[in-house]
Amino acid sequence: MSSNKETFGKTLGFVLVICLVCAALVSIAAVGLKPLQTANKLLDKQTKILEASGLLADAGKDIVGTYSKRVEAKMIDLKTGTIIEGDVNTFDERSDSRDSAKSTKPTNDIAGLSRRADRAVIYLVKNEQGQLDTIVLPIVGGGLWDLMYGFVGLSPDFNTVQSVVYSDLKETPGLGAEVLNPKWKALWPGKKMFNEQGDVAIKLVKGGAKQGDVHGVDALSGATLTSNGVERTLHFWLGDEGYGPFIAKFRNGGLN
Amino acid sequence: MSSDTKKVLFGPVVDNNPIALQVLGVCSALAVTSSMANALVMTLAVIVVTAFSNLFISIIRNQIPSSVRIIVQMAIIASLVIVVDQVLKAFSYQLSKELSVYIGLIITNCIVMGRAEAFAMKEKPGVSFLDGIGNGLGYGAVLMVVAFFRELLGFGTIFGLEVLQLTQNGGWYQGNGLLVLPFSSFFIIGLIIWAIRQWKPEQVEED
Repeated sequence: MSSNKETFGKTLGFVLVICLVCAALVSIAAVGLKPLQTANKLLDKQTKILEASGLLADAGKDIVGTYSKRVEAKMIDLKTGTIIEGDVNTFDERSDSRDSAKSTKPTNDIAGLSRRADRAVIYLVKNEQGQLDTIVLPIVGGGLWDLMYGFVGLSPDFNTVQSVVYSDLKETPGLGAEVLNPKWKALWPGKKMFNEQGDVAIKLVKGGAKQGDVHGVDALSGATLTSNGVERTLHFWLGDEGYGPFIAKFRNGGLN
Repeated sequence: MSSDTKKVLFGPVVDNNPIALQVLGVCSALAVTSSMANALVMTLAVIVVTAFSNLFISIIRNQIPSSVRIIVQMAIIASLVIVVDQVLKAFSYQLSKELSVYIGLIITNCIVMGRAEAFAMKEKPGVSFLDGIGNGLGYGAVLMVVAFFRELLGFGTIFGLEVLQLTQNGGWYQGNGLLVLPFSSFFIIGLIIWAIRQWKPEQVEED
């Protein structure tokens, strides 16, 4: 290596040029691929919402078409439970929950969120006749390693479970990540979230729920902490600091 | 193909394997080998990054001031990794979601840096490019073998297709919970290293 390229000025210049070229390369890739990435993200979310409402098999390949025909997104204010105006497409729960002006610290933070966004987007899924068939509510709560994001599909009585579908999690494959196992997901339909007193009663039972127990679902074997996380997440989101006020308002109809 | 080209391209697969002989890049070999699909995508990503970082570094090797060469190499490698990550997010969203941070962590994979510093800084661009592909292949070969055993014995599947039906799905095979966890790769990599060194005793280190 000759010494003439080792002067301070040359070194600095070289590094600057490299930085500029690399920055340009990265920017072009990021900006150029953005539309595709956004479309992928949206498709992924729509797929999960259709899965939560049991429409995925019917939809086949036409996710976007089925989604736009059957699903209606609404923004709600979690504190009052009312439907509010807002852009449902740009709403991002993750960025809102990090913004102290747009989120609240739960007093009883059983789901381990530390902050909860003040607004939420919920999905009303209609049947072929245009009647309300499923309400899909986004949920999030701590698992073993990190927050787990997903959806819960409820019948219009807000009590009968149609599905619990996780979309984004970092649980251990084969153990906690078994929340994605179709066999386990198949345990949920028909369970009841609330007992007769109106309290959240759904629970994950270690060693298997008793036959005929409408509030009990088998816990995942070898994944106690993930199971606890799922149970607490549901209790949080169906409770007063989650969708409680919204459910109380619309339990006897009024959504459509 | 001349024998030299062959040696550069396929030498790292067995004779000079980056994981088995040089014991580099083990961290990601533990993390992404729970399924073969993940391991394959990771392999392709590493091949692309190693090949192109070797190529670009080799092209400018005579201009790089030696006092800042490591930083320059890192800048190039990091940029390539980000581009690969972006492409994956755009064209294979599901897999990029599963691999999550591990694609980004290719930046810290010693194989990429090692080849840049040990090979591309001295050799011509063409042969450096091949060396990058070769080392990516060597890395990938080990990854695929590890992933094959982990996926087959841990989940009863190969590339997601059911081979051994698990008890939790109504079959007879009780999945091996140990192989599901990342550290089990240590055992498999250890066995691979043993097997290669039985086959090629010249790789055994002197005491």
